Amino acid sequence: MVATRKPATGRPVNGKHNYKVIGTRPIRHDGLDKVTGRAIYGADIKLPGLAHGAVLRSPHAHAIIKKVDTSRAEKLAGVYAVITGADMPKADNREVDLGEGAANLKWASNNVMADDKVNYRGQPVAAVAAVDQNTALQALGLIKVDYEVLPAVRDVREAMAKGAPVILSGLVGDDLGKKVKNTNMARHFRHEFGNLDEGFKKSKLVVEHEYELATVHQGYIEPHNATAQWTADNRVTVWTSTQGAFAARRQIAGILRLDDSRVKVIPLEIGGGFGGKIPVYGEPVAAVLSRKCARPVKLLMDRKAVFESTGPTPGGTVKVKIGVDAKGKMLAADADIRFESGGYPGSPVGAGAMCVFAAYNIPNTRIDGYDIVTNKPKSAAYRAPGSTHVAFATEGVVDEIAEKLGMDKIDFRMMNSAKEGTRRADGPIFPKIGHEECLAAAKNSPHWKSKLVKNGPNGKKRGRGIASGYWFNIGLKSVVTISVNTDGTAALVEGSTDIGGSRASIAMQAAEVLGIPAEDVRPVVVDTESIGYTDVTGGSRTCYATGYAAYNAAQSVVSILKERAAKLWDIKSNDVDFKDGVFFNKSDAELKLTFKQLAKKLDETGGPVSATGSVDLSAAGGGYGIHIADVEVDPETGKTDVLRYTAIQDVGRAIHPSYVEGQIQGGAVQGIGWALNEEYFMDQQGRMSNSSFLDYRMPTTLDLPMIETIVLEVPNPIHPFGVRGVGETPIAPPVATIANALYDAVGVRFRQAPMKPGRVMEALAGKK
Amino acid sequence: MVEKVHVRTTLNGEPTEFLVYPYQSLLETLREVIGLTGTKEGCNDGNCGACTVQVDDRIVDSCLVLGVEVEGKKVTTVEGLATPAGLHPLQQAFLEEASLQCGICTPGFLVASKALLDREPKADEHRIRHWLAGNLCRCTGYDKIIRAVQKVGATSKPARATAAQATAKRRPAGARK
Repeated sequence: MVATRKPATGRPVNGKHNYKVIGTRPIRHDGLDKVTGRAIYGADIKLPGLAHGAVLRSPHAHAIIKKVDTSRAEKLAGVYAVITGADMPKADNREVDLGEGAANLKWASNNVMADDKVNYRGQPVAAVAAVDQNTALQALGLIKVDYEVLPAVRDVREAMAKGAPVILSGLVGDDLGKKVKNTNMARHFRHEFGNLDEGFKKSKLVVEHEYELATVHQGYIEPHNATAQWTADNRVTVWTSTQGAFAARRQIAGILRLDDSRVKVIPLEIGGGFGGKIPVYGEPVAAVLSRKCARPVKLLMDRKAVFESTGPTPGGTVKVKIGVDAKGKMLAADADIRFESGGYPGSPVGAGAMCVFAAYNIPNTRIDGYDIVTNKPKSAAYRAPGSTHVAFATEGVVDEIAEKLGMDKIDFRMMNSAKEGTRRADGPIFPKIGHEECLAAAKNSPHWKSKLVKNGPNGKKRGRGIASGYWFNIGLKSVVTISVNTDGTAALVEGSTDIGGSRASIAMQAAEVLGIPAEDVRPVVVDTESIGYTDVTGGSRTCYATGYAAYNAAQSVVSILKERAAKLWDIKSNDVDFKDGVFFNKSDAELKLTFKQLAKKLDETGGPVSATGSVDLSAAGGGYGIHIADVEVDPETGKTDVLRYTAIQDVGRAIHPSYVEGQIQGGAVQGIGWALNEEYFMDQQGRMSNSSFLDYRMPTTLDLPMIETIVLEVPNPIHPFGVRGVGETPIAPPVATIANALYDAVGVRFRQAPMKPGRVMEALAGKK
Repeated sequence: MVEKVHVRTTLNGEPTEFLVYPYQSLLETLREVIGLTGTKEGCNDGNCGACTVQVDDRIVDSCLVLGVEVEGKKVTTVEGLATPAGLHPLQQAFLEEASLQCGICTPGFLVASKALLDREPKADEHRIRHWLAGNLCRCTGYDKIIRAVQKVGATSKPARATAAQATAKRRPAGARK
């Protein structure tokens, strides 16, 4: 059974480069295992003597734990161990760096197993390891917890209200540098530039609105899982689905109070993450259970727990005010961004502040950001975290200004577009970026040029919307090792979780340098003891940074191979050149060897050849996207259908165009779900009422059209192949795009997400 | 004390026997009792389709069917799609069209798509979207999945009439289509 490789189509997206491998669409290396059911995901791991665990979770959103009685559970036949917060090592009250954001270890420990208080419904309060899953679940029913229930704080407005219950008594808030006690506000920061008042005073038109977004979930199909074994030598091995084995190791070691090197994380295949599988949940709990019962312990989370106790992206409010002169030039912009962090501090409000005005060149700006603790699960990253929220607000206001000025939506954006040299409102100066190119491509797109018939069948109303989005992308640390096989292929070892085809895109970058086909580089993702430190698959950094490390490793391999060729030909290695996969003597064209031929001679020229590439990249080069949507609204039901959708994005360089398109399509569709359906529906007591895939309504096949993509390549000047991060940008524009399309359809500007049928009906009723 | 039940079935074309508690789902039976972990759990309540398998002529969410219910029936999982001669055309198309990203939903989509094309090789886009609406994918936005199924449909030979098509059978619990 062989997956034959489709002949490389070699369609470079812009037709401008001469790469042999980059821009082609080979079959991904891990694909065969994934279409045959052989790929081993976290839940599939089996070990000798494996115990099965289960976690007891708080039914209350906010409560003091007065007493936990586990005695009856411990006596149940087949139960190996029961733990509560008292069994967790006392973690330091300090922060660790996880690559994409930091984590306070005491709070991180309480988040995986509460000690004296629960801050959200679903927070773990006890756990059991038993002979099988059924026994473990039975034991949970025998644990008695006495709670003193407290009033729940359900959103940022309730949390900031006078007299609101204080969720974290030890929290010292930072209000523009001032320390604040007895607060739910963990942090208030400000970016200020130019003279805001002056800018607004000079403005001919000022538009200001507040936008509100519900809490939403990443919605990966694979629930969290963790299997751990704590052995007698005080070492812990963890098998799990994680976006970053090293980030997981650091969190687990921190919570367990062990040195990093005592924890080995073996990453298995991952069934989606979108940022939500950067934090650890069951991993340290399984480890503590394992220590207690001296067996490996496996914890599988159920879907309800995934919704109720893992990383949603925050709900919150974003207020945006923009002023323009008579010609439409933006003069001033002000933003107030308030995100709920959930039960512990740490929402992506900082990232939102970096994105809010990043598409435009505005001389006077102020951005206030607030990180606010609420009684919801601790928020986690979700694909361009924070950027969707702020784009909803900024692009809504921008759309309205363009309309009021009677300007074309694209021309108005183009006139104010950020470009190389523009200062982003929080400080950095842009290198070459592609927002203008995206706008031009949007204007030129078949979709934008097509005519939309505004009246649909049966009184349905149609509209078209457009919006910009931005994500800054990150670089950080990656290590790749390449070893040459004597059959002329190469083995590539990396530490980056492959969440959507990155093994292929990284191997392709190495193959391009080595001058061999993509399938001749075999990539493998390994555990934390088998490769150097590599940051998480997040921030759209993997193809960029780990690809860069692969490029460096491959370049080192080429240098070594030049020496080997020089040895064979008895010349200086400086006299050997390498092009298109062929080593040749600069002064004698007859002397040449392909990579494959030279690889066969390794044993006679000094033995094995391998090299490591290591990067720590401070910058990444941001990505822009423009989305266009045609929607059709049914005034009888309030239901909105997406008729046509186009996503335009500057990707720098598309290494594997199919997976680039796939990222763009997937991000757009998550954004469409966010715009139209998805939300945490909380009752008065702060309990999520829709914690199943039936009620938390993610888009299905039937809800969507094909997602058209226009992939632009404005090469990133700081990557050898021009790669920019791709994966996150596409979730930034959709909510704003749909809102702008709805306005075009029904004449109502929606400033609350989701724009669900009930909300549309209310708006239409209000209009009459 | 609940006792295990002896079940005889045909799994991916091979006669298979196993012992299972009456409360164990077919999903748990496949994964934990038999050890075929290609069938995935996404929700365990019939809403995501990651655990889709075929039982006789019906596709079902295996989390909603009990292991004991497949007595005397034919069960096909993702592990049964390829033959020693090669991949099923849908598996090949999913690879060529980049129809998977994380891959966790892929087994369910493959089994469900095969069941559709076995019945209606020329299913159009809307029919494919309608048929697959019980399978959630969070990575791809479905575009490349639909295209792969269309591609296989377009190149398929004229309808293969199956005995299963001719005889209408009772829908087992959890049948979605």
